[in-house]
Amino acid sequence: MEPNLLDRRLLVVTGKGGVGKSTVAAGLALVASQHGKRVLVVDVDAKGTIADRFEAGTIGFKPREVLPGISLMAMDTEASLAEYIRLNLKVPIIGRLGPLARALDFVATAAPGVREILTIGKICWEVRESIEGRADWDLVIVDAAATGHVVAQLGAADAIGELVAVGPVRGQTEWMSELLSDPAVTALNIVTTPEEMPVEETIDLVGRARAELKVPLGVVIVNRVLPELFTRDDEAMFETLADAPVLDQLASAVGPGVPAVMDAARLAVAMRRSRLEHLNRLRDEVDLPTLYLPYLFARSQGRRETAMVAHALAGEMGL
Amino acid sequence: MTAPAHAAASLERLLATKEIIIICGSGGVGKTSVAAAAGIAAATRLGGKVLVVTVDPAKRLADALGVDGIGNVERRVPDAAFRKAGIEPRGELYAAMLDTKQSWDALVMRHAPDEATARQILDNRLYDGLTSRFVQSHDYVAMERLFEIHQTGKYDLIIVDTPPTRNALDFLDAPARMAEFFGGRLLRWLTAPYRVGGRRGARILNVASRPFYQVADRLIGSQFLQDIAEFFLNFQSMYDGFVERSRAVEQLLRDKRTTFGVVTTLEDAPLREGERFCEELVKRNYHLGALVLNKTLPQDLFSRDGAAAAKQFCTDSSSVAATLSGIADTEGAARVLATIGGSFENFAVVAHRENELRQELTHQPDVVVDVPTFADEIADLGGLARIAGYLMPS
Repeated sequence: MEPNLLDRRLLVVTGKGGVGKSTVAAGLALVASQHGKRVLVVDVDAKGTIADRFEAGTIGFKPREVLPGISLMAMDTEASLAEYIRLNLKVPIIGRLGPLARALDFVATAAPGVREILTIGKICWEVRESIEGRADWDLVIVDAAATGHVVAQLGAADAIGELVAVGPVRGQTEWMSELLSDPAVTALNIVTTPEEMPVEETIDLVGRARAELKVPLGVVIVNRVLPELFTRDDEAMFETLADAPVLDQLASAVGPGVPAVMDAARLAVAMRRSRLEHLNRLRDEVDLPTLYLPYLFARSQGRRETAMVAHALAGEMGL
Repeated sequence: MTAPAHAAASLERLLATKEIIIICGSGGVGKTSVAAAAGIAAATRLGGKVLVVTVDPAKRLADALGVDGIGNVERRVPDAAFRKAGIEPRGELYAAMLDTKQSWDALVMRHAPDEATARQILDNRLYDGLTSRFVQSHDYVAMERLFEIHQTGKYDLIIVDTPPTRNALDFLDAPARMAEFFGGRLLRWLTAPYRVGGRRGARILNVASRPFYQVADRLIGSQFLQDIAEFFLNFQSMYDGFVERSRAVEQLLRDKRTTFGVVTTLEDAPLREGERFCEELVKRNYHLGALVLNKTLPQDLFSRDGAAAAKQFCTDSSSVAATLSGIADTEGAARVLATIGGSFENFAVVAHRENELRQELTHQPDVVVDVPTFADEIADLGGLARIAGYLMPS
């Protein structure tokens, strides 16, 4: 287990699309806030999924506190650039930022890594502010890009450093690289489900992160783990109960719904079993501390679900 | 949406009448499997030559289809693979995986005015970044490749599994954006200072471009800017070819022969994104053909009798177990009954939630198809054929 996960300053949460990355990021934020941390959650894709987890309405670039100790912000590269220029360059033509931003937006589209650096730059800036006690948070949690894109995003500081030989951006990337590679500060965490593609992408990302990034890896969080219904003895008993002679007795004692219940149990067992294979592969291939979150048989999304995830996370983290 | 005159809209009709079906949906909903299954359905039931283009490097899909790795070049799924799954194919099924880098290279070779320019572009250090790291380049090249394959006229039906993008509709804009990008004043603006009097040379700024460079230099350095300009000066030589092509690609996407299938699960987030898709497609005048609700839970979970039985198992397991003759371990039996009763109730909660979401669906195309979740994972052609059976019920 990682006892000090919440003591870091930057937790990046990634994973294949659809595995529940945002839900886990929100759960982590809630756990951290319950343990006295003030947290900023950054929604990198700015699709509003994080806001939904807190039922917080629309979130913009400017952080907004949605629960005591939890602030949310949505990434906006253009706003990030404007902020950077305002803070770092004394540009006389500030009034013409509109067309300028468009021009730079164009460069960002064209040149590799510019958009990424504006994203990771803003994140690192918030982390540094927090470390130096100038921000309203102790911890920044990033609901990051999906596995396919996160390496480019986190590696942008180094990549730009290689491409751009001089200039303030070059100088800027150095402190960012330092923050991102410090294991006391940063951890890259991967969310997966016990299914083939998410597990494969997790294994792949761990390898790529180690080869291409200096960012320390944190934990793997396996989401939606189905419960084990039976022990081996119980499973034998289930087979006996589901077999014709006993099944008929059950149906006459309980009613015509018995086969449906048996079928549902079979489905649950088979689903669990086919997923187990992927869990085992994950365990074999990835040597990171792993947290398991149960499949939530709940009808709710939003705050209620976030609270349930936070509770499960806290249990897994030994808090 | 153009409502078809006939009443019996079905996925079968779409597969039979359209030439291109573009499958989209948010990540993790099973797009690739649905695309492959639709290909199998078309090849086995309708015949003809069917191609499934995927962007998903799932080796498992290649294995499932019985092809030895899926590459940039189309491969035929051997009839033997069908027969192994107990299916007799009427037509031919092909599979191809999109390799972004290879496709881009081919594109540059085709559009560059001469080989020297092509080489210069391919060797520029920005090129790799543009084609591999620049996310939307996948979208553009996917659409471009689709166009190219369609033009060969080799296939009766092409099914495209769209790339997982941050904004899932980006690929629709990709051709237009690429044209805009090359034709844009900004690109000229960016490269003009380096191109004076028809020659390339040291940068000369005019009144219009000076403020931009004042900031840009300070931000990223003039050397880097010059690299960028160099690169795009070369890239611009492909302008006409690209723009013409982008327009053609866009036209093809709007053509009557093209339709879109949206795949989603009945979970909150994917469904909301799926609905947003449907809405956008209709709004932009694309043909929304079908909505596939994938991995839904079995209808049995709604049965009133099932719920009653489950409840009795949960609350009264001991006395139920005691009535059973031929079971010695009544305690064990009671435990198992309670467990399966509880499990039924758990899954029923999720099934009811799914049903509520289904009823809230607003943007329904004429064809809505349910594909249930399977206990075992789809690992072979037989498994994909099971999905096909739901897509195209006999």
